[in-house]
Amino acid sequence: MRYAMAIDTRKCVGCSDCVVACQTENHVPFGFCRDWVTETVDGSYPNVELEIRSERCNHCENAPCVRCCPTGASHFVEGGIVLVTRNKCIGCGACIQSCPYDSRYSHPDGYVDKCTFCNHIVSKGGKPACVSVCPTKCMYFGNLDDPNSEVSNALKNRKHKVLAPEAGTNPQIYYLI
Amino acid sequence: MKTRRDFIKISALGLGAATLAGSNLKWVWGSNTGGPVTESASAIPRLSRYPTYCEVCFWKCAGWIYLDEEGKIQKVTGNDQDPHCNGRLCPRGTGGVGLYHDKDRLKTPLIRIEKNGKQTYREASWDEALDLVAGKMKEIGNKYGAESIALFNHGSSGSYFGHLLKAYGSTNITAPSYAQCRGPREVGFELTFGSGLGSPEPTDIRDTRCLVLIGSHIGENMHNGQVQEMSDAIDRGATIITVDPRFSTAASKSKFWLPIKPSTDMALLLAWIHVLIYEDLFNKEYVEKNTIGFEQLKLHVEKLTPEWAYGITTIKPHIIRETARAMANASPAVIVHPGRHVTWYGDDTQRSRAIAILNALLGSWGRRGGFFFKESLSIPDYPHPPFPEPAWSWKETHAGKFPLAKLSVSNALVDASIPETGKEHIIRGWIVSGTNLPMTMPQKDQLLKAIQSLEFLVVVDTMPMEITGFADVVLPECTFFERYDELRESPGREPYLGLRMPAAEPLYDSKPAWWIAKKIGERLGLGEYFNYDDLKEVIEWQLGQLGTSLVEMQEVGVKKFERKSGSLYMTENQPKEFNTNSGKIELYSSELAELGFDPMPVYTPHPEPPQGFYRLIYGRAPMHTFSRTANNPNLVDLMKENAVWIHPNVADIWGLKKDQYVWLKNQDGVVSHFPVKVRLTERIRWDSVYMVHGFGHRDKKLRLAYGRGANDSDLITNVMMDPLMGGTGMRGNFVTILTEDPEKEDKS
Repeated sequence: MRYAMAIDTRKCVGCSDCVVACQTENHVPFGFCRDWVTETVDGSYPNVELEIRSERCNHCENAPCVRCCPTGASHFVEGGIVLVTRNKCIGCGACIQSCPYDSRYSHPDGYVDKCTFCNHIVSKGGKPACVSVCPTKCMYFGNLDDPNSEVSNALKNRKHKVLAPEAGTNPQIYYLI
Repeated sequence: MKTRRDFIKISALGLGAATLAGSNLKWVWGSNTGGPVTESASAIPRLSRYPTYCEVCFWKCAGWIYLDEEGKIQKVTGNDQDPHCNGRLCPRGTGGVGLYHDKDRLKTPLIRIEKNGKQTYREASWDEALDLVAGKMKEIGNKYGAESIALFNHGSSGSYFGHLLKAYGSTNITAPSYAQCRGPREVGFELTFGSGLGSPEPTDIRDTRCLVLIGSHIGENMHNGQVQEMSDAIDRGATIITVDPRFSTAASKSKFWLPIKPSTDMALLLAWIHVLIYEDLFNKEYVEKNTIGFEQLKLHVEKLTPEWAYGITTIKPHIIRETARAMANASPAVIVHPGRHVTWYGDDTQRSRAIAILNALLGSWGRRGGFFFKESLSIPDYPHPPFPEPAWSWKETHAGKFPLAKLSVSNALVDASIPETGKEHIIRGWIVSGTNLPMTMPQKDQLLKAIQSLEFLVVVDTMPMEITGFADVVLPECTFFERYDELRESPGREPYLGLRMPAAEPLYDSKPAWWIAKKIGERLGLGEYFNYDDLKEVIEWQLGQLGTSLVEMQEVGVKKFERKSGSLYMTENQPKEFNTNSGKIELYSSELAELGFDPMPVYTPHPEPPQGFYRLIYGRAPMHTFSRTANNPNLVDLMKENAVWIHPNVADIWGLKKDQYVWLKNQDGVVSHFPVKVRLTERIRWDSVYMVHGFGHRDKKLRLAYGRGANDSDLITNVMMDPLMGGTGMRGNFVTILTEDPEKEDKS
């Protein structure tokens, strides 16, 4: 089993619903976020291109944050989801430094927090809050090992890319372009 | 300056801090007024989730409110069965919980008093506040007639006060959503097809093959169902054509983006009509069968070629032709979208007519992938005595102008509130519910003059907004999480009914609007118009009439009803009768000709920015609704201020840096109250600047929103009136950039 997410940049309008749905679902304190939206503008008026991306932890197969964690708080669970065990985390921030995606933050309560792919929902067969809420239905989530899963189908039919492939982390968030 | 009605910053008063404890979360209607306490109204049933429909914007998506283990409101999700949202709320709906939790909410009734020569508010009991409101209404009614009281409203709560006013004898009821927003397109489509669009619009985006957006920024305006359907259309490979001086989000999803010179849309529309007719691309069968005036239209646009339009719009002729052909290829599954906020240049009804005419030529009205015929459900009126006939109505305030206005023009009611000699019909008192007029209405001077002239102003709202600072009495309404409201009747492909019920008791000393209106009504001797103890009884009765029940609706939240009005689209064999003078789609409008207006749309050049000035364009962000969400903590976390979009070449001229704060000054010398951040971007033309509407709040009580960004409404002092229906064209304002605060002295 290998959980992954594919996000269609042709459909995303950058509304940030994924961000606020994550915040309310996961009680993320104000001023912090586990996912966020970026916009890249290329070209000059009127030959302009815009790519909008909803970004989050890439749940990398080769995750530097897990490797560098001195206490084992950062770890993999079923499906390759990377989690942080709060009471094992000492808040040293090594993982924050190691992440090429800047996807982790120091929670005011003293531990490091990040996207969990909504493991508490996914482990019961549901979908992450960001995927469920997205008005444009631009996010596909599921098991890459299942060739018929939503995410496998999305990747089969469309050109796609990952962020910072040069980091060699084998990230599991794919952007359909 | 000493004025009759000083703007009071509610913040300075330290009000309401103790009222939460005082209320003890005991929710008993009437407990504060000493009225009868009804058993049925005193408890909220314990449910696993509570049905609601969202009140953060007018789209009113149905959803479910969830509580946490302690019984506190935790989150809202969409209702899967609701066609407004299909189970997916937008960011504002998802973050709507912030409205409930907002610590700056209005907490207790407030009454304006004068203390040591200074105007201020003091806390009051509901009894005292309502007595005062009813007393003032009686006084004005006795002195000038009930007609002299007007209601300005937006959203669900307004209807209770509308009912109250009608019972009292006034039909002077208005909403800025008409003359400041979608009025012109309603009139333009009515003149052409005999039917307006309403909300939600009957655009069949889901099945369209070509979607044309003219200044309509779907995706940035988060009209949920439409955003979802546009996404479906992208999946299905529909061609999107976006006309916008700004590279909007929708433009970035489009096959064709036409970066038009602002204010010249009419020329493009006429050139498109020219191409469709003279390249023989229009839907001949449809036009022949259903329309009238084709030959006149053909002659009218004969010389309005793409080459003619090029010099006006800056859009190259071959692009105008290519896009017209793309529309024709998709016909009839094509939508030239009517837009929503269309009060731009004062000829907006005529521009909407041109859009309607294009749709008629493409045969898209009443066709799959074009516009469907929507159906609504008729909810029976809870029995009440007939309303008295007022001696005069809002129509008289138009003073013979705006012959095609079907609803009251808000700015005309504002004008009617300024007593001047010779004016026959004068408004003396306002009830304002759910609309923050100082940030909604253009021409602030006129608005303030009206406010200062009023004998009484009562504001009902959940939040301290700019308008509440001018009120004589402020009445705190509870949020939609804490109240029943009228059933949501939504016209669409099928009619749907939606239920809103309370998931929690009202925080502080806030009350539902229906209760407030009823209590005022009773004090005015109009109790028989409010013949119930709890709105729940009304809803139960109505649901019974419609063949369902409160128990069923609590389970399902929304309920679909079967269509009764026939097919969703026009059928081949059934000739369609249109509700126009001729019974046909009017390419040439006999009604306009009779009234002495252009029977077919004409291009008129509009003023252009003077040297050193840029056209002010404004719009929406997906995470905020107008100015009303600017203090919602969840949504502030997504976007806390607006920025002014400036092209890098323009920034070079002014020496501006990214993220620098500047002030904007308009053509009349009005300067933005607060500085606004510069966003350097290639997504905007060099003759225009852009900002999101709804920021730059001045009320310090809005602790998160105060002083964040600039308020575009302040800078809209020039209004181009639509002579047909009174719409306020607001895109004729030009700003220049100031890098230093022009008035360093203290501003209030």
